[in-house]
Amino acid sequence: MAVSVLIPTPLRKYTNEQDTVTVTAGTISTLVVELEANHPGMGKRITDDQGELRRFINFYVNEEDIRFLEGKDTPVNDGDVVSIVPSIAGG
Amino acid sequence: MSKVLGMRCRECGEEYPMAPVHVCELCFGPLEVVLNWELLDGKLTREKIEKGPSSMWRYWDLLPVDGPPTVGKNVGWTPLVKAENLGRVFGLKNLYIKNDAVNHPTLSFKDRVVAVALTKAREFGYETVACASTGNLANSVAAHAAEGGFRAYIFIPSDLEQGKVLGTLIYGANVLSVSGCYDEVNRLCAEAGGKYGWGFVNINLRPFYGDGSKTFGYEIAEQLGWNAPDHVVSPCAGGSLISKIYKGLNELNRLGFLENSGKEGISTKMYAAQAKGCSPITTAIKNDYEIFRPQKPNTIAKSIAIGNPADGHVAIETVRKSGGWAEDVTDEEVLEGMKLLARTEGIFTETAGGVTIAATKKLVEQGRFGENDTVVLAITGNGLKTQEAVIGKLGSTVAIQPNLKSLEEALHTEKLLATV
Repeated sequence: MAVSVLIPTPLRKYTNEQDTVTVTAGTISTLVVELEANHPGMGKRITDDQGELRRFINFYVNEEDIRFLEGKDTPVNDGDVVSIVPSIAGG
Repeated sequence: MSKVLGMRCRECGEEYPMAPVHVCELCFGPLEVVLNWELLDGKLTREKIEKGPSSMWRYWDLLPVDGPPTVGKNVGWTPLVKAENLGRVFGLKNLYIKNDAVNHPTLSFKDRVVAVALTKAREFGYETVACASTGNLANSVAAHAAEGGFRAYIFIPSDLEQGKVLGTLIYGANVLSVSGCYDEVNRLCAEAGGKYGWGFVNINLRPFYGDGSKTFGYEIAEQLGWNAPDHVVSPCAGGSLISKIYKGLNELNRLGFLENSGKEGISTKMYAAQAKGCSPITTAIKNDYEIFRPQKPNTIAKSIAIGNPADGHVAIETVRKSGGWAEDVTDEEVLEGMKLLARTEGIFTETAGGVTIAATKKLVEQGRFGENDTVVLAITGNGLKTQEAVIGKLGSTVAIQPNLKSLEEALHTEKLLATV
């Protein structure tokens, strides 16, 4: 079993249009590194020049926003589902 | 040549052609429509606007649609009410209510954004539209979808007020009630957004949707005799409206339409109002945080209960740039605000309007407005939609028999004598 990552539309050109990819367990930080290794170019889209997660992207582990968990250090375990979701307007 | 050049990322400046996409592929920043100012400068005049329809479409030249409106033709041009009574309470001589509680057809400012979004959806060829909503957007998308003959899928949090639910179902929309808060509804919609090829009003149609809110700002200035107000207090949910009001005022100034502004820019200060139970934007402003921290909403002001506001950064920047401020209020203060507006001006606003009034009271107490300054309060929704918030809190009716004796008794025992 691995960690499933749901890929938003703007990033699917890095995943051959796949909407879900898998990575090994670790943290959000290691997940970002592995995504870049497996899908070159994606890392720069989700992190800024300082390596921080971009402010208009939301990461969720099993539907919980990582900013309510441990941010970049939030653990991701086998069987977890991680969503990468651009901010959306509304009201 | 088109009046719209394309879209540009607000964050990194990357440019895009007009298309149903909402975030920058490079940095995920929000995309904004770029108007063709060369085409507008000198050609668009105040007189042309004044001769236009009594709706938001008098500003058609400044909206990102190619053709005439196909839905929502009568939206906007709501009253700007001089609030003499409330002004006396606050010690303000030039206090105004921009009253979108009576916007046509669904009684909130969301009709403005939806009229643009669905007109654009038709131009893009969509037959199905959708949205995530805290209620007002749901009502408006459902109504305009019915008018335009679109199929509609509306996603709402399951704890929404009955008025908002019924006010969506009546139009025949498919309403999906999601067990979770708005932020969870939004995440689901983001994941679903690309899957079904729908025109998602607040996702892939967001840049056009957002620009509909500019008309709220245009109207304020035109109704003030082409003057920018000194202060605007706006409720904040996703954070879009406050920045679009400011953008609208700045665009009119750029066109040279404003009597009291010029090359140095407008001097309007923008103020954000939120409920304490959901205050990521006001908390960031008041504490001078660089970025806001998301919150789990817990407030009766459900229409603005967005804990992770997509345009939160933009709202914070707008307030700071304009020299304004922010305030948040408790649920009790929200109710007091609703009652105060109703009992001074005869306007029944929803909970979000109560937030605006109560936050304004705090800003007044802080001395942020001069006695003669022009202050405009954004009232964006109607109280009949959020009746749960006031049920049992407004006193009760006086029950009598249909005869004069019973009336007389009631007037004595109920201490209503002062009125006879």
